[in-house]
Formats: sequence, C-alpha cells, structure tokens
Amino acid sequence: MTILGARDIGISFGGIKAIDGVNFSVSPGQILSIIGPNGAGKTTLFNIVSGVYECDQGRVELSGEDVTRLTPDKLAARGLSRTFQNLQIFQRMTAAENVMVGRHLRERCNLLADLFRLPSVTRQNSETREAALTLLDDVGLRSSADIAAGSLSYGACKRLEIARALAAEPRVLLLDEPAAGCNAVETEEIDELIRRVAAKGIAVVLVEHDMKLVMKISNHILVLNRGKPIAEGAPREVRDNPAVLEAYLGKHGAKEAARA
Amino acid sequence: MLQKIGHRYLTLIALAVIVAALPLIFPSSYYFRVASLVWVSAFAAIGLNILMGQAGQVSLGHAGFFGIGAYAVAIGPAHFGIPTWAALLIGCALSSVLAYLVGRPILKLKGHYLAIATLGLGVLVALVITTESRWTGGPDGMPVAKLTLLGWRVSGSDTWYWISGGLLLLGTWIALNLNDTPTGRAFRALHDSEVAARVAGIDVARFKLQAFVIAAAYASVAGSVLAMMNGFINPDQAGFLHSVEMVTMVVLGGLGSVVGSIVGAAVLITLPQVLTVFQEYEHLLLGFIIIVSMIFMRDGIVPTLSRVLAKRTQS
Repeated sequence: MTILGARDIGISFGGIKAIDGVNFSVSPGQILSIIGPNGAGKTTLFNIVSGVYECDQGRVELSGEDVTRLTPDKLAARGLSRTFQNLQIFQRMTAAENVMVGRHLRERCNLLADLFRLPSVTRQNSETREAALTLLDDVGLRSSADIAAGSLSYGACKRLEIARALAAEPRVLLLDEPAAGCNAVETEEIDELIRRVAAKGIAVVLVEHDMKLVMKISNHILVLNRGKPIAEGAPREVRDNPAVLEAYLGKHGAKEAARA
Repeated sequence: MLQKIGHRYLTLIALAVIVAALPLIFPSSYYFRVASLVWVSAFAAIGLNILMGQAGQVSLGHAGFFGIGAYAVAIGPAHFGIPTWAALLIGCALSSVLAYLVGRPILKLKGHYLAIATLGLGVLVALVITTESRWTGGPDGMPVAKLTLLGWRVSGSDTWYWISGGLLLLGTWIALNLNDTPTGRAFRALHDSEVAARVAGIDVARFKLQAFVIAAAYASVAGSVLAMMNGFINPDQAGFLHSVEMVTMVVLGGLGSVVGSIVGAAVLITLPQVLTVFQEYEHLLLGFIIIVSMIFMRDGIVPTLSRVLAKRTQS
C-alpha cells in the first residue's frame, strides 16, 4: 500500500533539467532513502514533493490523491511533514515554542479568542505545551525546552526540526540530511529515532550522505545522479550496483572498488 | 507556564500603577496632555509592533490608518450626524477593511518592496484627505465635535488622560495575550522562517493579513482618540512623517516588545518637549539621539536593558 508516490517527476531551472523522470513510492512504516552525489537533485526532489517548488512534469500522489500543485501548508494538513537540510528553525522562539508551532494544525486557531485570551486558549496552550515537551523528550531536548532555539547546537537544532515535524502527527515524514554535521553519538541517536518513527507506521523518506546510516535503516534505496534515477532496490543490491559506484567514485574509482 | 502568565499580568499591573501614580507628580495640566499623547501614540505603536515585531512585516504607511480613524470622528458627526463614539468604530471598521483589501496583494511583497507599497498606501490616504477639502477641510484641517457618552460631554486634559491610559492598558493586554497563542506563534514563526512556517501548516498569507489588519485597527483607534482629545485635526496626522515616527517608536523601543513600544513612544513624544530649551537645535538633537541609540542599542531600548539586567543578576 503506497501512501506517497511520485510519478515521472521533472523540473528545469533555466533550461537545465534538475530532475528528470523520477519515480518512487513509499508505504506506511517503510523507510525510503534517496541518495546520490552532491547536486544529484535530492533536495530539489524534496522541495517538489513538499510543495515548495512546482514541478514541470509528473505528479505527486498522497494516499492516492493528486497533490502535485498543493502548497506546503495544504500538504501539511494532509499529513506530510518535512525537515530542512539548511536549518529552518524559528531562532527567536524557544525550543518548546518551535515544537508548539509544529502542532499548529492540531490546534484550534481563532483570532478573536486569541486576542482576548479566552480560557479555552489557555487550556489548549498547556495541552500543546505538554505535547511539545513529550516530543522534546523523545529527541533528547527536554532540558533545553525554554532556551531560545537560536542558541542551541547544530545537532540539537537538527533534532528540534524532527520534533517539530513530528508534532504535526504526519503520515509521511521527509528528512533532509538529518545526520549532517552530527557526531557519531548524535548520528546513533537519530538512527534510533528514525526507526522508532517508522515503527509507529509513519512513512519516512530520507535524504542522507551518511552511508552507514542509510544502509542500516533503509528498506528501499533510490539512487539519483544528475537528476536521473540510476538504480534502486534493497540496500545490498544498491551497494553492489556498478552504476552507483561509478556515480560516486567515477569510472576509474569504480574499477578500483570492483577489484578491492 | 505559570511564570509566563504571571509575567503577562505583572507587566499590566506595573503599567496600571504607573498610569495611576503619574498624576500625583504632575504639577500642571500640560503634563496630563503630554502623557495622554504618549499613551495614545504608544497604543498605535503597540499595534504596529504586532505587525513589525511579531509578524516581521514592515509598514511605512500606517499613519494612513491613523488618519482614517482621526477623520472618521471629525467627518462622521459633522457631515452625517453620527455620534462620535460610533464614528470611532466606523473608522476602525473602515481601516480594517481597507487593510484587508490592500493587504492581500501587497503582503505578497517582501522587505523593501513591501515598505514602498505600504508607503504608497499611506501617501494615497494623505492625498485624498488633503484634496477632498469639501469633506475634510483640506490642508487646513477641521474641528472635531466633543465626545458625548450617555449625555456626558468628555472634556479636560485630566479626563482624557484617564481615557487614553485605560485605552493603553487595553491595547497592552491584547498584545500580551496574543504573544503566546496559536496566532501569536504563527506570527513569530513566519517572521523567522516563512518556508518552515508553511511546512508546519501555517497559511502564511492569511496570518500576515491578520497582523496587518490588527495593526491598522490599532492605528485607527489611536487616530480617533487623538482627534477627539485635540478637538482638531489636520492632514499631517496621516502624513509620511507621522508613519516614520510610528516606525521609529517601535524600532527604538524594541521590535517585538510591548513595553518597548510604550517606551519608544514616551521617548519620541517627551524628548521634543524637553529639547525645546535648545530651540533651533531640537531636531538636530532628536536625530542625533536616535542615531546613537540605534548604534549602541540595535535591538531597541527595552530588550537591550533587560539583557543587561539579566546579566547583572546572573553574575
């Protein structure tokens, strides 16, 4: 059962095909990794799927419905959440508030009630904060809840983004390089976290350069090079695929690796 | 959480005490007048700070809404026989509707482009007020009928002091309320990262528009109250310089700080009164003070001071 599917996605920037004919599908509880050398178009693909960019060709389907032209907020309402490769946290808000924003779609938001701060608003606020603190606990940031997010470490911000994305209770989670810039221990923690997320039945799409992490947790891997899919399959199949080695290491390097 | 709620009411109580206690040290009605002017300006600045400090959108035309509010209480009773208090509400509604209609297209713009578009809006309003002299008295301005509430004619600078003080408390309460609610968080989120806010499910265009309308409504009410207080208005109140003055209050006091807006208004209203002793150098000194405080307190007076205080108490 596919929850998120991309069919023949393509986008050009000034005549250059950044993405061309990419297909993938992911089911609930599955971890799909998209890998490829720098500039392969992984983040661009994420931006298309999450509605940040509009693609020139192909379609994106969420639970069988065409969602290709929907804006990010509409997609979020349908259960698609994501994190960003270049951190997009709310710097001036506390860690807890960042996650509380993530619960926006789960909150009733009425301007007049908010302006006059009706008791229902205060009640809902403490519920939202409770939920946010639980999520911060999950990513190991409980103790930083009331610290301004701008003063957290890089690795902490990465995990904060995951907590914020999870706060929306998504059915599909796109993670754009969650382990980038994290040390070995932090990467371990993120590995653990992603597995737990998938175990809850959330479909995870992962873009990541840390091959150890990718090979360990992925159910399925899609390899892109210069915007085109060059291989896909289970981690083992992809690892031994000569086309993948060539994309990463070049022709000569691939030969070396084959001999080794 | 409890601490935050406490903080909200602490600010309000402190402000109420200041409003109540200041008259004890006022030697003459002149002081009541200046203080009322501060309260009204602070009210407008608090509204603008919701747009600028929380939602991160600039408006260089907010005096336009101030002018609409001011002229509503002048034109309403004079030309249509509407009671003054009702004219205030109508002015506020008109400003909100105008903000809603104009805000939709122009809030798609960012940074300098948004600044120029809002500036254009303000200039247009001022232009209409200046040229439609049949209704507005043109560049000479027009008198405003005295406010009558349930048969009581409101007059006297001390009466207006209490009315404007009460209004300020109301405005402060609402702005403080907003900060820690889904709407307030949405404002602050889109300020920090629009793309992340959208991915979190926030309809960015809708919330920008809400902030713009709130700020317009605040400015309009402030304009109405000032007009009633002065008993006279002229197009300068809707002019570009007044827009800049409002922005300066917000930035000088501290973006995003409600108390900052009040301090900013207090500085910008009282300084010229103090500086009159320097006569011809008044504007020079005012400009100099603003430049210096922007160099040394870039975050504004209140955020800078609270940071310094926090450091002191830590060490």
